[in-house]
Amino acid sequence: MTAREIAEKTGGKIEVDVEGASAENVYVGDLLSDVMGHAGDLCVLVTIQNHLNTLAVCTLVGCEVVVLCHNRPVPPDMAEGAKREGVAIITTPMSQYEVALALSSLPPSPRK
Amino acid sequence: MSEYSPTILQGQQTNDDEILAKTPLDAKALGGDSSVVIMELLQRFKVRDVMKRQVIGIPRKATMREAQRILRENRISGLPVSEDGRLYGIISVNDIINGLDRGWMEDTVDMHMASNLVVLEAGMPISFALRYFNNYTYGRFPVLDSNRKLVGIISQRDVMRALLYELSVEIRKLERKTADKVSAPPPQSETRFFRREWAVVHNDLTGAGRAANEIKGILREKKVDRSIARRIAVAAYELEINICIHSHGGVLVLVISDNAVTITAKDRGPGIPDIEWACRDGTSTANDWIRSLGFGAGMGLSNSKRVSDFFEIESEVGKFTKVTCAFNLKKLEDPAAGGAK
Repeated sequence: MTAREIAEKTGGKIEVDVEGASAENVYVGDLLSDVMGHAGDLCVLVTIQNHLNTLAVCTLVGCEVVVLCHNRPVPPDMAEGAKREGVAIITTPMSQYEVALALSSLPPSPRK
Repeated sequence: MSEYSPTILQGQQTNDDEILAKTPLDAKALGGDSSVVIMELLQRFKVRDVMKRQVIGIPRKATMREAQRILRENRISGLPVSEDGRLYGIISVNDIINGLDRGWMEDTVDMHMASNLVVLEAGMPISFALRYFNNYTYGRFPVLDSNRKLVGIISQRDVMRALLYELSVEIRKLERKTADKVSAPPPQSETRFFRREWAVVHNDLTGAGRAANEIKGILREKKVDRSIARRIAVAAYELEINICIHSHGGVLVLVISDNAVTITAKDRGPGIPDIEWACRDGTSTANDWIRSLGFGAGMGLSNSKRVSDFFEIESEVGKFTKVTCAFNLKKLEDPAAGGAK
């Protein structure tokens, strides 16, 4: 699923657009260590953590799309980092659970 | 009309972040370079070291006109609306301008104050405050202690003044060290291993992940299998974050040989009294603001162990912790099937 499709399904706005960014599974989490331990390659990460460290985790687990819930703003350093690392960022008014429901056509990240 | 006197709150020193460093990190021990010194300075200094402890505040039912008078008399541009240490909002010069324009000057301040506030915690490092100033347009932030009580206010000017002073002290120390240096360091001996080392600064969460990211790049260049590289990068990141959060600073070392990759995290820090407990999922001693960033979930060591082929911890309470994770480059199976020995 492309970042654009994810934005449409979640009623979100693409804050950082990255060509070709897509996701094959979904992981929801605000604890970055948990995300790092369990998120799958090519997941869309659904979180409220709107800072640079989220991107560091994305690049490590192979995540190309982040959905920030509750319209959390994207700080300038995060936006710059996302462009540099090729991670698309979407902001949505939805909660994590609502986003999970909206993206239910995608499977969860595979269990490790 | 009764006139309110401004409330003066005297901030109390709190010990809400005992975990934060007690001793300054010695840049020399890390192979010393000036950027480490500056980074360390930004981490060592806490918001509470720099903030103004005398906060001029105003109660919620004071009028906008009284707020205007207090702002004018004290030559300040923002006034916390607070009662008994509890922060309710902020009235700024802009609110007063709007009040004058729209005839709100006899209204109470709680009708027009900004109540959706961005606040800092007293135990946060200054690097954090700088990020906040960069990411938001506010000129000052109220500072709360761990009980959410207003204990101070911090402006960009406060930060700059303190940093300039401390930088000049640090630079003087470095100049003295340089003058004392008598010989150049010995040349590195030839080695058949690839080895690189990164300094990790206590509480520098902005910079955390730098080493892990570079390690990932190096592994990519050296054509290490993608799934193994990912496991190595996950362990490196977890260990880097651990040094950053829990120790007083340390180093992350990468060694690549023909058959294996080793990541070693060495820190100077409090040590781990109960290693078995620390390796369990969900056990953590991280403080609240670190948790608010999504760290300190207590999964760092267990995650590192899970992705490693070999895992070892050595620690001495009050002195150091050394974690070694090794990865077999010839093994291509699923890490979940293997695990640490």
